[in-house]
Amino acid sequence: MTKPRAAGRTVGGLRPLMLQAPAVTLLLLWMVVPLGMTVWFSLQRYNLLMPGMTGFAGLENYEYLFTDPALWSAMGTTLLMVGWILVITVVGGTLLAVLFQQEFFGRGIARVLVISPFFVMPTVSALVWKNMMMHPANGVLAWLAQLFGMQPVDWFSSLPLTSIIMIVSWEWLPFALLILLTAMQSLDEDQVEAARMDGAGPLSIFFFITLPHLKRAISVVVMIEMIFLLTIFAEIFVTTSGGPGLATTNLAYLIYIQALLDFDVGMASAGGVVAIILANIVAIFLVRMVAKNLEE
Amino acid sequence: MKLAYALPLAGVAAFGTVLGASAVQAETLTVATVNNNDMVIMQRLSSAFEEAHPDIDLEWVVLEENVLRQRLTTDIATNGGQFDVMTIGTYEAPIWAEREWLAPLENLPESYNQKDLLKPVMDGLSHDGKPYALPFYGESSMMYYRTDLFEQAGIEMTDQPTWKEVREWAGKINDPDKGIAGICLRGKPGWGENMAFVTTLVNTYGGRWFNMDWEPEIDSESWNEAINFYVDLLNNYGPPGASSNGFNENLALFSQGKCGMWVDATSAAGKLYNPSESNVADKLGFAPAPVAETPKGSHWLWSWALAIPASSNSKDAAKEFITWATSQDYVEMVGEKVGWTSVPPGTRESTYTNEKYQEAAPFADFVLDAIRDADPTDSTLKPSPYTGVQIVGIPEFQSIGTQVGQMIAAALTGEMSVDQALSNSQRATQRTMERAGYIK
Repeated sequence: MTKPRAAGRTVGGLRPLMLQAPAVTLLLLWMVVPLGMTVWFSLQRYNLLMPGMTGFAGLENYEYLFTDPALWSAMGTTLLMVGWILVITVVGGTLLAVLFQQEFFGRGIARVLVISPFFVMPTVSALVWKNMMMHPANGVLAWLAQLFGMQPVDWFSSLPLTSIIMIVSWEWLPFALLILLTAMQSLDEDQVEAARMDGAGPLSIFFFITLPHLKRAISVVVMIEMIFLLTIFAEIFVTTSGGPGLATTNLAYLIYIQALLDFDVGMASAGGVVAIILANIVAIFLVRMVAKNLEE
Repeated sequence: MKLAYALPLAGVAAFGTVLGASAVQAETLTVATVNNNDMVIMQRLSSAFEEAHPDIDLEWVVLEENVLRQRLTTDIATNGGQFDVMTIGTYEAPIWAEREWLAPLENLPESYNQKDLLKPVMDGLSHDGKPYALPFYGESSMMYYRTDLFEQAGIEMTDQPTWKEVREWAGKINDPDKGIAGICLRGKPGWGENMAFVTTLVNTYGGRWFNMDWEPEIDSESWNEAINFYVDLLNNYGPPGASSNGFNENLALFSQGKCGMWVDATSAAGKLYNPSESNVADKLGFAPAPVAETPKGSHWLWSWALAIPASSNSKDAAKEFITWATSQDYVEMVGEKVGWTSVPPGTRESTYTNEKYQEAAPFADFVLDAIRDADPTDSTLKPSPYTGVQIVGIPEFQSIGTQVGQMIAAALTGEMSVDQALSNSQRATQRTMERAGYIK
């Protein structure tokens, strides 16, 4: 009763395709139905507050979206936010990974502590930062500033984007650290030892041995963070509500405003389609870059 | 085999009985409301209602104002039917009634004494002459000030303060070293937050949102003057972080003694006069909201009201609850059980003729006059096509007010200049109005 092991592998390539068909169909449905509905809604005149005004709108939603100065400002903000947070977390994460790789007293506890911000919910960490750290009257930062005789900074009104970047970087730095630290642990000690015997200083060891070794890990960190950072929402919602003005409105928040403050489903869907396209453009470049790195 | 089939069947049967039984026993009303103080009291006292109506169970959904508004609007616009009683405001009631989303509240029982309800408040909650919501509490706006600080600085409060005087006074009592700001005002963006106040300021400076052809007039001279004044006043004499202070934040600041003056809702008076909640209860003065060019539209009119969505399956029970919560008896119950300064203000004549209330609340007549005096149909110096004092009664206003509110907040923090904020607002409003088909 033993079956031939190669069964189904040959027959003109048809069998495997048929075997894969259910899974692929399900995946396609999973993706195509919501996407199709978003595209369909984006072509409709559909505002929850205007039950009378319905029907096919053609590209009107897109026309209004692309002539809206808020869209371009939101795209810029999105890229600025993602870019800065990536730089801070990757550079900071690499440096911290080197630091936490060293032997020192209480390393285990220190590692747990430094990683813990990642396990705090975004809403909670935003609230903590807003009310306990950055508050101009009761915050720790204001207290510190006064300790040194400086005027406390009203973070969310005078440096809104910087504040958001600080909060999100604080959340994601542990993630970068975690991945990079794991990568560090696979670094060949003998190689470092050999370099040291050849007279290489700590800086040369870092730049010529550690950093090239971390390259793959860094590209993985960049890719995963990018996916999540394009959709930062809770931190903005809790602290600045996208303002003042449009200073901290990113694409995700703009769509939220259109869908749930203006109740304009058509416009919000158009914004969603634009966001999908933007994410795909970024993803194509990124995945290529990372894939190249991984193949090497 | 038989047992295997029998077990789930028994389960289904048992479940059916439970369902059937509960349907007979009690009807469940889902009540959605705001987390404001007066509503929290209502929730606490509602056990009295449940005792009197054993066939009705209450289920509460208590949310923050902005979140509640989103939940209610999406629910009612998509005919979701999650709620049986909704807490809505003067802005929503007529717009939702026009869309037939609300059940009209007619044939109210004689004992409810509908004539006792204040007319301007009821007008705001009606559409085509029919009431669609019953007011839980109503408010206008007024100025609160610290009598001790005024005395120290040798300032005499006038019967009708002007904004020019307010600026002068704010300069005299502003004392950042002691943590006292000259004046606290709303700065947190939102059509129900900073724009409520800013619109009354613009009104009294002689401005309006739209001209008779629905063209926005936000880049006009009056707006410019008003916003420049507001930004200048708050930057010089306001509390730190003014752009994130809304009603609740300012209420906390003022009751902790950190503001010299505050112009905001009359409904704050009860809390400020309550010594257990406020440090300034014994040195509190009040005056009408300040004016500039014209007294028209210088103080707003708002009420939080209870309504029944057309999609509710328990309309009768819901009506029963609404008439209980907005009745004269309820007001008296709050007075007896919680204290007379805590009764929901601004809805009934009888509250204001009640001696106990007058004794506990020295501001009572003053508030009543302010509410009676506010006229949503005539709130701007030049004629305007919309109704509402601090709001524009069209569905697009939520979106417009939020956008403009953000711009004003940006002007307040110095993110952009007043001119730029106003021209951005003008452009954004123009776009929204074109899109909605008001102007071609």
